[in-house]
Parts: sequence; C-alpha cells; structure tokens
Amino acid sequence: MPATFIQPEFRVKIDYDKCHKCGRCVQQCGWGVYDFNERPVPHDEKCRACHRCVTFCPAHCITIERNPLAYRENDNWSAPLRKAVWKQAETGGVLLTSMGNPQPYPRIFDHLLLDACQVTNPSIDPLREPMELRTYLGRKPDAVQVEPDGAGGYRLAEDGGMSRNIELATPIVFSPMSYGSVSLNVHKSLAMAAERCGILMNTGEGGLHEDLYPYQDHVIVQVASGRFGVGPDYLKRGAAIEIKIGQGAKPGIGGHLPGEKINKEVSSTRMIPQGTDAISPAPHHDIYSIEDLRQLIYALKEASGYKPVGVKIAAVHNVAAIASGIVRAGADYIYLDGFRGGTGAAPAVIRDHVGIPVEIAVAVVDQRLREEGIRNHASIVAAGSIRSSADVAKAIALGADVVAIGTAALIALGCHVCQSCHTGSCSWGITTQKPELTRRIDPEWGAERVSNLVHAWSHELQEILGALGVNAIESLRGSRERLRSIGLDEQTNRILGVKPAGM
Amino acid sequence: MSTTRPRYAEEAPFKIHGGCGLAGICDESGAAMSGERIILAMAVQRDRGNGLGGGFAGYGIYPEFPDHFAFHLMYHDEQAREEAEALLNEHCVVDLAEPMPTRPVKGIADAPLLWRYFLKPLPGELERLELSEEDLVVRLVMTINATVDGAFVASSGKNMGVFKGVGFPEEIGHFYRLEEYEGHTWTGHNRFPTNTPGWWGGAHPFALLDWTIVHNGEISSYGINSRYLEQFGYRCTLGTDTEVAAYLFDLMLRRHGLPLELACKALAAPLWSEIDRMPEAERELMRSLRAVYGPAMLNGPFAIILGFNGGMVALNDRIKLRPLVAARSGSVVVVASEEAAIRAVVPEPDAVWMPKAGEPTVARIEGMPWPIHGDLHLSPSEVSCAVLGTEDVCDEAVEVTA
Ligand code: SF4
Ligand code: SF4
Repeated sequence: MPATFIQPEFRVKIDYDKCHKCGRCVQQCGWGVYDFNERPVPHDEKCRACHRCVTFCPAHCITIERNPLAYRENDNWSAPLRKAVWKQAETGGVLLTSMGNPQPYPRIFDHLLLDACQVTNPSIDPLREPMELRTYLGRKPDAVQVEPDGAGGYRLAEDGGMSRNIELATPIVFSPMSYGSVSLNVHKSLAMAAERCGILMNTGEGGLHEDLYPYQDHVIVQVASGRFGVGPDYLKRGAAIEIKIGQGAKPGIGGHLPGEKINKEVSSTRMIPQGTDAISPAPHHDIYSIEDLRQLIYALKEASGYKPVGVKIAAVHNVAAIASGIVRAGADYIYLDGFRGGTGAAPAVIRDHVGIPVEIAVAVVDQRLREEGIRNHASIVAAGSIRSSADVAKAIALGADVVAIGTAALIALGCHVCQSCHTGSCSWGITTQKPELTRRIDPEWGAERVSNLVHAWSHELQEILGALGVNAIESLRGSRERLRSIGLDEQTNRILGVKPAGM
Repeated sequence: MSTTRPRYAEEAPFKIHGGCGLAGICDESGAAMSGERIILAMAVQRDRGNGLGGGFAGYGIYPEFPDHFAFHLMYHDEQAREEAEALLNEHCVVDLAEPMPTRPVKGIADAPLLWRYFLKPLPGELERLELSEEDLVVRLVMTINATVDGAFVASSGKNMGVFKGVGFPEEIGHFYRLEEYEGHTWTGHNRFPTNTPGWWGGAHPFALLDWTIVHNGEISSYGINSRYLEQFGYRCTLGTDTEVAAYLFDLMLRRHGLPLELACKALAAPLWSEIDRMPEAERELMRSLRAVYGPAMLNGPFAIILGFNGGMVALNDRIKLRPLVAARSGSVVVVASEEAAIRAVVPEPDAVWMPKAGEPTVARIEGMPWPIHGDLHLSPSEVSCAVLGTEDVCDEAVEVTA
C-alpha cells in the first residue's frame, strides 16, 4: 500500500531551457521543496504554493499549478474534504491550519455599498479641505463637565473630560500577533510602522521583546490565558492593556506554540523554558464569570497606573450580551474578532465552522450598547478580515470606532496567504523563527511597506468621507444611514440596521 | 392629499433635504416688535423656497401666559385631537384650549386642524413621575409625535410659539395673523424640500420646549446624530435633520448643562489642527468636547438659527458651506441667508458681517436668564460678545452652577 493517499496539491514546473541553474529557488523555499542535482528538482508534495520561489526566480522559469488530477471532481465530497479524511485516517489527529477561514460563506462587506453626496449636500474635496481621521480609543463620559475658568471662559472640571484615551491618527491599529507566532523582525516592522502612523501595534500573547521598548507608547500589551511575558514592567510599558478572551479564528480555543518555535529570544520574552510547547489554556483560569473579568480589569488598571484596559473576544452568537457585560465590567474598549480572522495555528474544524462575521457582531454590539445607553463607555475595535479601506469604512459605518488589521499587514510584508504558518517554515520569513528565514524581513523595509499601506488606506478613507460630504470620521461612525445592502435578506438587513439599495 | 400624516409614515423613511432661506431678528433691549417684520425679511427671500414650507417662531408673544407651556398642535382629524388632548389632560392642567387664530389666505389650502393650549403640569405630577417640568414636556411631545396618529406638536415652550405650514412664508405669516403678535425675538424660514412632498409638520421651525431651529442645509451626519440622540430617550420620528439639531441643543444645554458657546463648539467643532494649536487648558477641553460629542457633531452644510427665550444664536457649519449674514442696528441684531433680507428690515445697519465657519453669532435679551432652562443660570460668554462686537452688553461675571 502507498504510505499516503494524499496526492500533491500543486505541481512545480520548471522550464529548464530558461533555468539559470543558480539554485535561488532551493535557497528560497522554506519547505524544502527543491533538491539540487545539477539543476533544481522539485518534490511537488511539499509545495505550499507560497510563490516565494516564483517571485525570486531570476529567469522567471517557475510556475506553480494546481494538480488537476489529484482528486476526482465531486461537488459534495470536495477535494479538501477527502484530503482531510485521508489525513485523519493516517494520523488520528486534529487537523491544524492557519491564516483565516477560506470557506465561501457570504462576505457581508461585499454586500454593503456606501453612499455619496450629489447636489443637495455637496461632496467635499479631500485635496482641498481637511479630512479628519483622528480617533480616540477608550472610555468617554456621557457629558463633558466644565467650570468657569475665572477669566470669562470655561475649563474642564476635575475628571470632567475624557481621560486616558489613546489618540490614533487614523482609525486603524494592528491586530495582536505574538512574538513566537511571527518573527521579531515582523514585530519590529509593526512597532516602527505604528509609531510612524500614529497608531498602535499589539504584542499578542507573546510578551514584549526589549527591542520594542523604544516604541512602547505605540504598543498594546496583551494579557492572555497563558500569561506569557506578563509582569509589572510589561503592564507599565504598554500604552494600553488587552485581555484576550478569544480570537476570531478559533473562538473558545486556547493557543499552542510548538516547542520548535521557542528559541532563546522567544523563551526569554515569553518567560517560558526554551524548546517547550507554549500552551495557552482555552479559558483564563481566573475568569469564570463576568465578576472575575471585572476583577482582572481593575487589577490590571491598578498594576499599570490606570492605563486603558480592553477586552478581546471572538464574535459569537450571543456577542451583544457578552459585550454589554464586558463594558459594564469596566473595559475601555472591546475588540470584536470576526470568524474570518487570521491565525498562526488553529484546528481547521474550528476555524472554518465556529463564530460569526464581524459585520454582524459590530452591528449588534453597537446597537445593544446604545439601547443600554453605554455606547460612550467603551470604544469598539472591529477585526477579522478587514481587507481594504472600503471594509474599514463599512465597519465604521456599522458602529466600530477603530479597525484592526493583521493579515493585511502581513500581506504588505509579503505573505501570500498560503495558510501554512503553523508549520513554522514560512518562506517569506514572517511566521517562522528560523534565522535563515526571519532575516528575509528587514524591519526598516517592513515598516516602510506597512506604513505605506496604512497611509494609502487613510487617504482612501478621506476620499470616502469627502464623497459622503463629511469631513470627520466621527460623522461616519455608526452612521448606518450611509450604507445600503445589496443581495442580503430582510432579516440580515434588520440585524445590520441597513436599508436595501434603492430605499 | 392629507396635510398631516399618521405617524409620519410617508415622511419618516426619507431624509428631508433643504435649500431654504432663513432670517432671525432680536431686539436685545427686549422691546417687542410685530411679526410683520420677520415676514418682510422672509418675503425678499422668496426664491430660496418653492412654496412647500414656511414658518416662524416668536418669543415673548404670550405675556398673558408667561408661566404656561404654550402647545401648538396640528391634527389630521378630530379623533387625533381627542387622543392628544386625553394625553395632555392626563398629565397637565389645561387653562386655555382654543383653535389657532388664522385667516383664509390665497395659496394656503388643506390646512390641518390647528389648536393651541396653555398648560401646566398637574399638581403633584412632577413628584409622582420624578421628572422635571421640562422633562415631562419633552416626554409628552415625544409621546404624541410618536404614538398619536395624525397629531403633531409644533410648539411646546413658554411664552413663545411656532407657526408653520405648507406655503410661502409670507402667506403662512398672514394666514397665522402674525402681525397681531408682538415679540422680542423672531425667526423665519422658507423651505425648499427636494425629495419629499411638503407637509405642515415638516415645515420649520422645529421646536422642543422653547428651543426652535430654522435650518438651511443638509446634515450629512444625520444617521449618527439621530442614533446618538436615541440613547438619551429622544425619538427622531420626523426623519429630518433639523429635528436632530433642536434635540441636540436641548440635550447639551438643558440636560448636560453645557454653556451655549461650548455646545456650539461641539456641534460645529473646530478642526483638530486648530485644537492642537490652542493653549493647554483650552486644548484639553476642546479635545474632550470633540471626542465625547463626536456623534453629535453636525457635519455637512448648514446654517441654523437657534431661538430661545433669552435670544438667538446663528451658527454655520465648520467650513461654511451655506450662506449666513449678520448685522446690528442699535440694539437690534438681524441674521439671514441674504443681506437683502437684513436690509429689508434694517435699511441702514451699523455693521454687516459674515460670521465665520463654526463661530456662533449671539443676540441676547438683556436681563433674561441665559439660556432659560433649568437651574443652570448660564451667563453669556466673552466669545459671544466678541462676535457681536458689543463687549458692553455682557460684562457681568460668568457663573455656572450645575
Ligand atoms: S512552497 Fe513556495 S517556495 Fe517552495 S516551491 Fe512551493 S511556491 Fe516555491
Ligand atoms: S505568513 Fe507565511 S506561511 Fe503564513 S500564510 Fe503567509 S506566507 Fe504562508
């Protein structure tokens, strides 16, 4: 019997007439697809179609094709399903995967259209008029309290204003991605970009490497169930603290960073022994109720000198009630991560079948907080496959204050979404700790690319605002009136609070 | 076609766009002038409307009932009147109920039943409901507008009234016999709705308590403004952006106790680049104001006049996308969409100027509380005086007691 029924998914084709025989592809492939025997010889079964070799081949002689006959066509028993059965029959294990739910569920963002002004209210030209994207992340009072300043004007009464909010130059932050799941150079790229763009990066659950200390005012430090890297110094350094309860790619699931990725640096940053698996439990073992969460929120505030504390949850069915509880527990922001969010490693069955879209989560949470009169008490951060500035604008119109981008930022750094991050062999040097691969990301180069992306999206947001005839992002936030849906059912429209196009 | 609509079913799903012309006159000495004057200011701006809406607000017009809330109601039919009156009687003593005095005017047809009431909360009612007088009135207005088919509260303040309908403003003014009223402050509006049929309740001014708004423009941020207000119990049943402006002023001035100038700064907020250049204390105040009241900011083109019992405030959007001119002639302050309207009533003003984007132009009746509601006793600010160039009228100490 063959050792495996699984056929290579891709075919690596080399036009040897053109090939320089330089060996560049051998060197570039993180997954060891190539042998070199006078010329590169690919082992198709190892290929992830990450396109690293294709991109770097000086002769442009490599093509990666889907192996057409790997699986006989069948609409019901699709190739991935059969492959999964074979894999599990061979291994008896949970199938791991990464980088976001690829299933063809409807993408609600793509069914929402933005408004534009004509005649009765003019559009505004962002090249000539200011377009303001500045956003404050954090809890705000319902009303500003003032007192006379004695000189005929007014000043803020004590505690009358919005204290301890974090100023963002644009309503975008980077999603939590831990050092360990991504390389230090990726973290540095993000931290530098965050500083340049006036926004925030997020440590994820992996601790804060000392190389990032200079950027600490632009860093959210995460406290996850494993408590990796968490200490008083860590809490004091961050601009804000985030309690991670859940993640869109794997709601209800803990984390697992394999021992091979825990090198010396990762080990000291995460405060765990080198080479051991880092397992974050599914729940926090000190949070089994909303009261427990409240205690942790206030413990972290105490420990950090009252920095803003946010809570990150995966978007799930009862998300509005959960969010309301979290806001009432004292969170300064609530981070909603939709079911298409990326990840370094997740059980495929969870990634592909658990959770709900972030569009729905934002809409119901924003509505619920308003109904309860507590919308001002926390900011909403929306994440989970924000793919473009249009997605940003739509998420904000649905009620988000800020969006978080993870996969998009990695794509800016070269990620080709081959969904093999969990192997730790990312050819692009992103989700790996292998020194020969991580050095492929130069932090300076990375920061430039990621800041370019944020700036480009910000400019596009300004164009969108101008078309909408408003010159500040707060006038779009929660303004669902400026959205129309196309091809969504009545029930979904009602939940989103948007009218169908034409109304 | 009916003139009022049951629960605004046809109107509410739409946003009402406005071209429109507006004017406001205030005699800061408190001297009364006839309604004829504001009609004149509106008549010269006839081209700014299309005959689908005109209206006026007058202050100080009911001196015989200074402490009663004057309710002006529009009814589709007698049944609506019965239902609305039952609600009024449930919570209030109505000391006078009568049809609005009107006269037939060519061009004005299809008027709804127009009634006015002078009322006070029933003794003990405020204690029973644990509400302030104003909150009770706000609830009554919201309840009637949202739940009584074919009834609409046009006006609900003390010693003031709103007179509006479908027609050109000068026709509406004569229909309501405005020349028979005398007030110290008047505002007027000529409406140019573009995508909905005009109806009586949809004409300006929009009013709540004694706050009235006339508005030229279109609030592009209407969606978030109305969702923001819903959090505080306001129900934006009319689907028009002018309604939100009236409620926002009520929220900020009366309920949150913000000084008038700061409320204006929240609604037409300075740019971040300006805020960043301010001295620290002011910067912190403005930062908070903008961040906290971001959802209240009126974004898009607008020129509005807020009327209240202490005077009036004219305010332009933050980049001045709609016209607004101001003038002073002795103690009389006039604001309008066009200088022609000003000169129709004060031919030789002492000064005429164009208020800057987002800078409130304030006219204040001497000796009146500022603004009138609550126990706030807010005093006028230096800024408002500076705008008018009349430092002498407000030299008393600024004092806020919340
Ligand atoms: S895994 Fe990537 S680098 Fe390796 S052969 Fe396939 S496409 Fe090329
Ligand atoms: S980060 Fe690397 S391994 Fe992960 S999807 Fe992107 S290219 Fe593939």
